[in-house]
Amino acid sequence: MTALTRVPWIALVLIAAFFVPVVGSRFYTFLANDIAIWALFATSLNLLVGVTGLVSFGHAAYFGIGAYTTGLLMKKAGLSFLLAFPAAGVLAGAFALVFGFFCVRLTRIYFAMLTLAFAQIVWAICFKWNEVTGGEQGMPEIPYPDFDRVAALPLIGGWRTAEYFYFLTLLLVALCLWLLRRIVGSPFGRMLTTVRENAERAEFIGVNVRRYELAAFVLAGAFAGLAGGLFGIFNRGVFPDFAYWTKSSEVLIMTLLGGMGTFYGPALGAFVLILLNQQIVSYTEYWPFVLGVILVVLLFVFPGGLAGAAQATARLWARRQRA
Amino acid sequence: MLDPSFVFAQSLSGLTAAMFLFLIASGLSLIFGVLRVLNFAHGTFYMLGAYAAYQLVQWLGQGGGRFWLAALGAATAIALLGGLVERLLFRHLYGKEELYQLLFTYALVLILSDGAKMIWGTQQKSVSRPPGLTGSFTVFGATVPHYNLFILLLGPAIALGVWFVLQRTRVGRFIRAAALDRETLGALGVNVSALYTWVFVIASFLGGLGGALISPMRATTPGMDTEIIVEAFVVVVIGGLGSFWGTFLGALVYGQVLSFGILFFPRFSIFAVFALMAGVLIVRPWGLLGRPLQ
Repeated sequence: MTALTRVPWIALVLIAAFFVPVVGSRFYTFLANDIAIWALFATSLNLLVGVTGLVSFGHAAYFGIGAYTTGLLMKKAGLSFLLAFPAAGVLAGAFALVFGFFCVRLTRIYFAMLTLAFAQIVWAICFKWNEVTGGEQGMPEIPYPDFDRVAALPLIGGWRTAEYFYFLTLLLVALCLWLLRRIVGSPFGRMLTTVRENAERAEFIGVNVRRYELAAFVLAGAFAGLAGGLFGIFNRGVFPDFAYWTKSSEVLIMTLLGGMGTFYGPALGAFVLILLNQQIVSYTEYWPFVLGVILVVLLFVFPGGLAGAAQATARLWARRQRA
Repeated sequence: MLDPSFVFAQSLSGLTAAMFLFLIASGLSLIFGVLRVLNFAHGTFYMLGAYAAYQLVQWLGQGGGRFWLAALGAATAIALLGGLVERLLFRHLYGKEELYQLLFTYALVLILSDGAKMIWGTQQKSVSRPPGLTGSFTVFGATVPHYNLFILLLGPAIALGVWFVLQRTRVGRFIRAAALDRETLGALGVNVSALYTWVFVIASFLGGLGGALISPMRATTPGMDTEIIVEAFVVVVIGGLGSFWGTFLGALVYGQVLSFGILFFPRFSIFAVFALMAGVLIVRPWGLLGRPLQ
């Protein structure tokens, strides 16, 4: 192993992220907040696509459900964030359980189609149920969590609300990523990889493949819901296109860009894609065009994503060192 | 009670919508049947067909059958585009993971629809109905524009035409054989890779034609591609992915569910359509008239 792999990258990234509001402008805090939430969303999808080998084309449904749950509970019911945030994960997970129950019965392309169909159902409900979801107009003005008591504490007082929310997002995303990491590394997670590599063989050795796939589906949905809950507040509003199928492809692109073969790849993908978007939209309004070209290059040249390319480079470098 | 003429009008409008959906979904189903790929870009080909028809009408003018020339020209242009995309890019992804193929077709959506925005802007474009079909007539108290009637007749005609090509011509036989077993077909000396290009050309032609023909009925706008592709997915899933008559049936069902859904529960007709799709996938994943994949 090279010296590069011994650096505690994760801790460094986390520390650097905490210093963004200290050294950067308000705008950078905003960007970093966006990245943190999408990193969680993409990592939750990777639990399905990368780890278990199930290609979902409707992951945005759970993101949307989470966003609406937290948004509704905080705005309409006036609940505290402490209750509304976990509720997003629970409800998204519950929906994932119901939808997933049917989805895991299907294979490959039909699985993808059914996840898409369910996501479109969620989208259609959000889009049309004016009384509850605000319909096409969405639900603006989701309140921030109440930071008054935190602000009154010594040492950490004196930040703006958006910055407190950023710190909170970082903490929660770090916690969720740590949990996901534990899940992927656990015997359960290893079994998911077995299912991906050879479902038939897993079945032969007595693994209930469907149950494992369903468990992965529920977990992925729940974490996507948590990401959605944060995003609704961050975005200052919840809109039906959170659950639209193009959102599902966006998060798939992030996952692919970062690299599905690695745990932190999707988070890296979120980081790169959001920064890139930020840079490019200041030059041209045709961001989708650029994104499409990036995607084509990625598919043809770096199918392993950025993390895959980095690993290949590191391996090459290590071999050079030895030679 | 419901007014019968209203019911009649509703079912006619559902039928008209079904004919367009059939044009688009049949191409999607054809590509899936042979290549086992869901082509997200198919909706974009449809949108480009509408824009191309608009552009050609702008250049050629409307009168003296020139609309039909424009529609055919647009469909041909889209067919060429589809063939080129397959030849230059898509074929390098055969045998790779499904996800890569899906994402590639999504990349095409991004590139082509943004390209269309660069050329035609975000303002909606409309084409007036071809002369001779501008009027309307009344049946059972329902007003039917001539153009809609024409579409109602053209849809089944095209269905029969494609069916004839698939069933009776040499290329059609090869296409059906490729859907069943491409290796054996290749071993028998058929140029399978050229066949794939043909499949893309035919499918894109159908999609482009659908777009060109709908341009006098609905305004052409950016975003119509991502909407139609989901509808086309619903149609092919209901009918059976890869099944030709299944797609026709799926389009009919979709059209009726949508137009009567609006009648009975106006706000949840889209919901009904996707619920139908999910229901079919759960009970019979291969669709009403499809066959299970091996």
